[in-house]
Amino acid sequence: MNKSLEDNFSTIPALEELPSSPSAPRRMTLNMGPQHPSTHGVLRIVLELEGETIRSAAPDIGFLHTGIEKQCEALTYAKALTLTDRVDYLSNLANNLVYCLTVEKLLQIEIPERAQWLRVMMTELSRLNSHLVWLGTHALDIGAMSIFFYCFREREEILRILEMFSGQRMMTSYIRIGGVALEAPRGWEKAVGKFIRGFPSKVDEYENLLDSNPIWGIRTKGVGYISLEDMLDLGVTGPMLRGAGLALDCRKTEPYSSYEKFNFNVATQTGNDVYSRYRVRLQEMRESAKIITQALEGMPSGPYQADAPHVVLPDREKMKTQMEALIYHFKIVTEGFRVPAGEVYQCIESPRGEIGYYIVSDGTSKPYRVYMRTPSFANLMALPVMLKDTLIADSIASLGSMDFVLGDTDR
Amino acid sequence: MSHPAILETKEAFGEITHIADPAQIVDLCRYFKDQEKFIRLSGLTAVDWYPMEPRFEVVYHLHSIERNARIRIKCKVHGEKPEIDSVYSVWRSADWHEREVFDLFGIKFRNHPNMVRILMPIDWDGHPLRKDYPVHGYKYSYPNE
Repeated sequence: MNKSLEDNFSTIPALEELPSSPSAPRRMTLNMGPQHPSTHGVLRIVLELEGETIRSAAPDIGFLHTGIEKQCEALTYAKALTLTDRVDYLSNLANNLVYCLTVEKLLQIEIPERAQWLRVMMTELSRLNSHLVWLGTHALDIGAMSIFFYCFREREEILRILEMFSGQRMMTSYIRIGGVALEAPRGWEKAVGKFIRGFPSKVDEYENLLDSNPIWGIRTKGVGYISLEDMLDLGVTGPMLRGAGLALDCRKTEPYSSYEKFNFNVATQTGNDVYSRYRVRLQEMRESAKIITQALEGMPSGPYQADAPHVVLPDREKMKTQMEALIYHFKIVTEGFRVPAGEVYQCIESPRGEIGYYIVSDGTSKPYRVYMRTPSFANLMALPVMLKDTLIADSIASLGSMDFVLGDTDR
Repeated sequence: MSHPAILETKEAFGEITHIADPAQIVDLCRYFKDQEKFIRLSGLTAVDWYPMEPRFEVVYHLHSIERNARIRIKCKVHGEKPEIDSVYSVWRSADWHEREVFDLFGIKFRNHPNMVRILMPIDWDGHPLRKDYPVHGYKYSYPNE
């Protein structure tokens, strides 16, 4: 925290500007990425090495920048929702949810309880999905291969459930402004129940597989340390912070979408290394399973969409038989609905940390500005501090423990 | 919460917004961080109100874990020579956020250690999130669009 500006200078040295041999005789610059398999996306890191020790690391991002914030400004509120799926493609329902919550805050519409509970259940399923992909690929990077297949076996079941609900496996756009897209399909209780009853034992299985492996312990314990003060100063959130003992979770501190009605704990560890982040995520999977079970057992009945005909698309049957519903449908699809002028910031807890959307409306049917405060972008800022003076062989474990998605970083 | 740099305070949708004097932004941020315990800079962005002047609004989202509160600070920046002081000395997390605003809006942050583009290619022409920048970019947009 008290380091001088120079220490944290995160410039990317161009190859020709590297220090010449007299000033730094034994330094080598290594270009890691942008196609390195363990960067999980397109991330380039310029490492300056002294032997096997990393003296400085400079992440270079932007390879996946697709201008989603700009595109949102050109679409109506309802259409821009589909772009939020593409931001973080592993926890797309969290992005849907935060976008809808922000717009609903501006519109000031009341969401029925059933829709809120469905939202909670689906977001938690998507959290499981994200953590499973993380666990599988992270262990694969470190050298434990079989866990990958187990994780993807469970992930497949989650994707089937998502498909059952929305018709899509990944880009579901299931959560819509005013509620959810569709009523839960016939037999959903059975499908979700079957999965969630078996899931906690699967988590125990992963834990056994990894913790009984001495190599896993050696490669993760005490690796990837970064002090809590540094993390707070650098804007890190999510399992990274909780792995350092700070129980900061938006679901508890600023409850949204009726999370206050669910009984769960915030998983924390104090090790502040790759291993404790792994423990935090394992515990979070168990807590998510608890939340999904509660949602399954106590799912309220009632409408799945808000009573706001000017915002929510009418029922297909009504649209074909009632003039008024047809007019509303036509208006929503062609010109969209107007959102009162104002500005709103809403944040939720995504699998990676705090994800916040700041939407400015100028009273028209298109958002004037959509700012996405994405956890991957903010977390990645801590990478140079974390990698400094560590061994290059540990860099993969440290990188993986941050669990960033490059689509989320670059938007 | 009163500081000479705060020109106006508004509350809407349960969120507090302070409009501040851009010349004293570093002072104000330091005050909020040290005195009011807003130890996290949650996000930093800008809004372009083209063709209005002052054209830009730089928006800071602050978060206090201790008080479980969030506030927003906004500074108006003129479009002719958009510049504002960097708050990198207060929160290191401002680093990339300010580079992003520079990249996408063209607002320069004085005293930032490394004011270069972050998301767009280094030789990119223009600042995409400005309102006078076409959605498809200059190169690929059609004259009738």
